[in-house]
Amino acid sequence: MEFYRSHVLVCAGTNCSLKGNRAVREALVQEVARRKLDREVKVVETGCFGLCEQGPTIVIYPEGVLYCQTTVADIPEIVETHLLKGRLVQRLLYKEPVATKPVQTAPELDYFKRQVRVVLRNCGLINPEVVEEYLAQGGYQALGKALTTMSPDEVIATIKNAKLRGRGGAGFPTGLKWEFARKAAGSRKYIVGNADEGEPGTFKDRLILEGDPHSVLEGMAIAGYAVGADYGYIYIRGEYTLSIKRLKLAIEQARKLGLLGRDIFGSGFDFDVEIRTGAGAYVCGEETALFESLEGGRGEPRVKPPYPTDAGLFGQPTSINNVETLANVAPIISRGADWFRSLGTERTPGTKVFTLTGDIVNEGLIEVPMGITLREVIYDIGGGTKDGKTFKMAQTGGTSGGCLPQELLDVPMDYDNLAAAGSALGSGALLIMDDTHCIVDVAKCFARFFEHESCGKCVPCREGTMRLYQLVDKITRGEADEGTIPLITALAEMMYKSPLCPLGQTAPLPIMSTLKYFRDEYDAHINEKRCPTGTCKAIAARVQVAD
Amino acid sequence: MKSLKELDQIREKALEMTRVRQGQGLVKIVVGLGTCGIAAGARDVMAAILDELSKRGLTSVTVSQTGCVGLCDQEPLVDVIKAGEPRVTYGRVTPEVARKIIAQHVINHQVLGEWVIATKEA
Repeated sequence: MEFYRSHVLVCAGTNCSLKGNRAVREALVQEVARRKLDREVKVVETGCFGLCEQGPTIVIYPEGVLYCQTTVADIPEIVETHLLKGRLVQRLLYKEPVATKPVQTAPELDYFKRQVRVVLRNCGLINPEVVEEYLAQGGYQALGKALTTMSPDEVIATIKNAKLRGRGGAGFPTGLKWEFARKAAGSRKYIVGNADEGEPGTFKDRLILEGDPHSVLEGMAIAGYAVGADYGYIYIRGEYTLSIKRLKLAIEQARKLGLLGRDIFGSGFDFDVEIRTGAGAYVCGEETALFESLEGGRGEPRVKPPYPTDAGLFGQPTSINNVETLANVAPIISRGADWFRSLGTERTPGTKVFTLTGDIVNEGLIEVPMGITLREVIYDIGGGTKDGKTFKMAQTGGTSGGCLPQELLDVPMDYDNLAAAGSALGSGALLIMDDTHCIVDVAKCFARFFEHESCGKCVPCREGTMRLYQLVDKITRGEADEGTIPLITALAEMMYKSPLCPLGQTAPLPIMSTLKYFRDEYDAHINEKRCPTGTCKAIAARVQVAD
Repeated sequence: MKSLKELDQIREKALEMTRVRQGQGLVKIVVGLGTCGIAAGARDVMAAILDELSKRGLTSVTVSQTGCVGLCDQEPLVDVIKAGEPRVTYGRVTPEVARKIIAQHVINHQVLGEWVIATKEA
């Protein structure tokens, strides 16, 4: 066993790698070697730490000092000043927007103070490519506990008791899903990990899989035991190359240790996992379209019922769970349902991982208790809007979620409260926009996205998303009249009810929410032929011609 | 994996490997690694300390470094700080003395009087 006096953790998540963390990491390894510190200091690659805006980040233990926005040029100074002389490199410490003193360690940051890390418990703390680091944090203990001391029904009861709800967006009770799949008749049952994270602005599953792949595998194996499935598939986006690489490695490691395979923990339970990659269609995140794609067919949704728990993958009973849901399973089994219910709200216990993007100071990945208000997330954790601009709206739940204005900032973030506000918790994407954006233009982008992604199988969605786009486009061009909004509303009413799958059913939601909360901007476009922010160029050009 | 016990054994080992990330331990050893310290052989002293701790599995000990404190003549300097005990500074430490410090001071609570150059109340 190698003992080092210091561990230097470098984020190797996708977001930091876009900012050049690989070069930073290599420079660090070289400099440590050049200073002959390689026997004393260990450089460890970790998954996403969550502070993406400040990347590439480096954390040095045992002190736990956090350095932000590091570059290759900073490395010699970090090695000499911190690792050799034991002093802080003041200029690379994080500075709170309003604080006077730089912050030394991550837990002191406002960004982390409000966070509760269950799903992200190991992200940024362990090297995801070394299984022992996961084991050191108590990894696979829950699987061992479930297999050796609990019956499948007890596992299901625990998950039901914890009131865990699916974190992919729909919020279906996970324990209930497992129970349905367990009770369903079938020659073989399957667990499918849904990692086809297609919602624009969402990147949580990617970073969970990059930062802690074993936590998802462990959750799947426990699900397999509960449901009575001996095989699992992870359906993952093909673009997630780093997640795929780490997952593959994790599966191999787990097989080697006998944590996947035959007779796990001597319990007689067999379970193995295989990765299947998607080709980038948004609709394949929908469970039945995902099955079609996984089976080698065209990614189009099936008519429900039958539901996946009765006839899912290959026509067999299947429990399909989101990556974040699966990552919640092991902690619940280890620490109990009561512990989980102590987090979050009564109806929706636990935490939620959010991805913060848009006009917000701290873009990144966070995990907070359910029920925290939008205001707390945006201002206390996210640091507020960028460049001191005025907040306009926050879209929760990704592109299929609604847009909420200033007045609704105090809405508690959970499935029920957000649905009541005309939005959705969805996948946990949180897009913040300041008042320089034209709401109608934004709505047009949403409509364009759904028109593009509609698979075309059912008419209400194929035609509806196209017409929706055309109508909103007309408004941005100044070609709309008083009949346009009633037409959009009628179309939306039809689309909420008729399409085969949630793609079409939720497509009107973001547009209707902008209509509900920003009607005056629509009126300016339609009645006055004017775009208040000056974004819609077509309307301006049209007015000029008319003049 | 055949049993939870087997898993626990692997975990124990793995935990030792990553303990440094749990923060500062109850015992802290600080080695003077300024230019003067390094010239006097502090590098070998550091290596000896890490090796000795590693051999003995004492991974809960925090090892840190510092720059020149102005006592260049006494380098390599090694400080041992134990919770609730005075800080002990050893001077002109050799790798052999460093190993003794681990065995006698860190483990058996016996300060190596002849090598001490200063003590400071916590």
